[in-house]
Amino acid sequence: MRVVIAEDVALLREGLAAILERAGHDVLAAVGDADALLAYVEHAEPDLVVTDIRMPPDFSDEGLRAAVAVRAAHPEIAIMVLSAYIADAYLADLLDNAPGGGIGYLLKDRVGHVREFLDSIDRVAEGETVVDPEVVRQLLRRRRDDGPLAALTQREREVLALMAQGRTNGSIAAELVVSEAAVRKHVGSIFAKVPIEPAADRRVSAVLAYLRESG
Amino acid sequence: MRTSPDAWAAVRGRPWEFLASWWPWRSIGYLLTTVPVGMTVLVSLVLLLGVGVVTLVVVVGVVVLAAIPRVTGGIGILERARVRLVLPRDDGGAAPTLRERLLAGRGLRVSWSEIGYAVLLAGVLWVVDALVLLFTITTAVVLLLAPYLVRFDTLGMLGWDIDSTREAWVAFGLGIPTTVAAAYVVTGVACGQAALARLLLDPPEHRLVQAVADLRRSRVDLVGAFETERRRIERDLHDGVQQRLLALTMTLGRAELDVPEGPGLDLLREAHEQAEAALEELRFTVRGIHPRVLTDHGLAAAVDDIADRSPVPVDTTIMLPGRLPAPVEAAAYFVVSEALTNVARHARARSVRVRAWVERDRLVLTVVDDGDGGADPASGSGLAGLALRLEALDGTLDVHSPPGGPTEVRMECPIDAG
Repeated sequence: MRVVIAEDVALLREGLAAILERAGHDVLAAVGDADALLAYVEHAEPDLVVTDIRMPPDFSDEGLRAAVAVRAAHPEIAIMVLSAYIADAYLADLLDNAPGGGIGYLLKDRVGHVREFLDSIDRVAEGETVVDPEVVRQLLRRRRDDGPLAALTQREREVLALMAQGRTNGSIAAELVVSEAAVRKHVGSIFAKVPIEPAADRRVSAVLAYLRESG
Repeated sequence: MRTSPDAWAAVRGRPWEFLASWWPWRSIGYLLTTVPVGMTVLVSLVLLLGVGVVTLVVVVGVVVLAAIPRVTGGIGILERARVRLVLPRDDGGAAPTLRERLLAGRGLRVSWSEIGYAVLLAGVLWVVDALVLLFTITTAVVLLLAPYLVRFDTLGMLGWDIDSTREAWVAFGLGIPTTVAAAYVVTGVACGQAALARLLLDPPEHRLVQAVADLRRSRVDLVGAFETERRRIERDLHDGVQQRLLALTMTLGRAELDVPEGPGLDLLREAHEQAEAALEELRFTVRGIHPRVLTDHGLAAAVDDIADRSPVPVDTTIMLPGRLPAPVEAAAYFVVSEALTNVARHARARSVRVRAWVERDRLVLTVVDDGDGGADPASGSGLAGLALRLEALDGTLDVHSPPGGPTEVRMECPIDAG
């Protein structure tokens, strides 16, 4: 897979490139700011963009805005956004521009768990939506009392949080130490309680229906 | 050559430096301008008083007499400016300007010392100054010009008749020390009068008020400086150590892929976990110093962020017109943070409400829980420290916690602080 990395801290840029290269990806470029990222995407049309949110010159959300711009110009390019801290305000911007390739939103700490990180990269490249479990957990907690998820039980929320990461029923069952049949039952009742967009991937849709609203 | 800060310092300094400086000339200017100013004040006061007393029977006089403090206030402003001719260093602080006085209208109390100074100026000072100038300057000038003037007429000087050229040159010789003495006399009188003016126009209590205001401002500055420093430390940790630790966990993660199963890999995994624990601890510390989300997105986002991490469900309603000054935002953030920590630790509450709004240019923030109450604000050193911090910003922090609850922490702070 042809990847472009945008990250302003040289140490992390090199670390990311090394991890992706080790997994056999072709790192076309590792740049230090959003403008360079946009210029490079125009020039090379990669399959995947991995970008930090905070970048020069203002260190606010340049990386995110660049990601949205890339999505608008080249919807087929998958995007993985990394963030140093949880800020779900960013998430809505990203998901609202979702039609196209896969979108990922992970905390930077996740990169240290190389296998999981590479797995997330692959899933995003395949067109899935991957949201950091910590981010999902926080969103789920905030909307305890209202919104479409109010009717969900604690266990159903946990299942939904894991679904948001794009996990399979088998993997969710292993994580929660329950049987796969139990997970299927939970997923069924989540689909019954959460409004689903028809024709979409039901799993992703269940998550997005909620996440979009909460941004 | 050194330059003296004011005329009084110049008089006490080296004579040649004093004589070569502008101070004698500025002193002459000060005394010279006193004469027309004093005469004008005399005429104005007499007129106002006269018209006032005469028209007192038709009540209009009351208005006229009431105008006297305004007039003397105006004189005070002029005189404070004139004092700077000889004593430029203003140690009395800023008195209200004419514009402020006019805007304040009757709000400002009558200043008797200003009236006293105006009377003194009208009745005594300008006469004294006129005499001093006349005596010293004419004496010096006549002595110095004696060799020229004697050609026309005999000069009478304090009972000494100068009628020959020789005597005229002796007079000229005497004229030089007389000129020097005149410079000292004029400057001395000017300094004395300026000091008197300053004493009456900027009385010590006014200086005290000014000192308190200065002190308050410096305290706010100090809180601001403290805040800036916290942000700097936060930035340094975030941009430096935190990124390095993150890079370390990435490297350890990569190494785990390459090292075969066995004790080596176990050690590596342990190191990875330790690095992550250090990163988590550092993140916690950084948040306690100054949270990044507060800097970037303001109070509402930062409070939501703490609320999300609270084990007790928190309902937040933050209604603010926009960003607040950094010291106020930070104080509010730490009040919420400390209050929610206390709720989680002690209150046995089921829910908490955090509200913030702006009311008459003050930020009001309340944290109310439905726990058992009975919290003692004095025992919570965290809140006590925050109360001090708010005090510096002219704000207040109150904890109301009757036994049985509910507990309310209420913070108020003017939003123009800092």
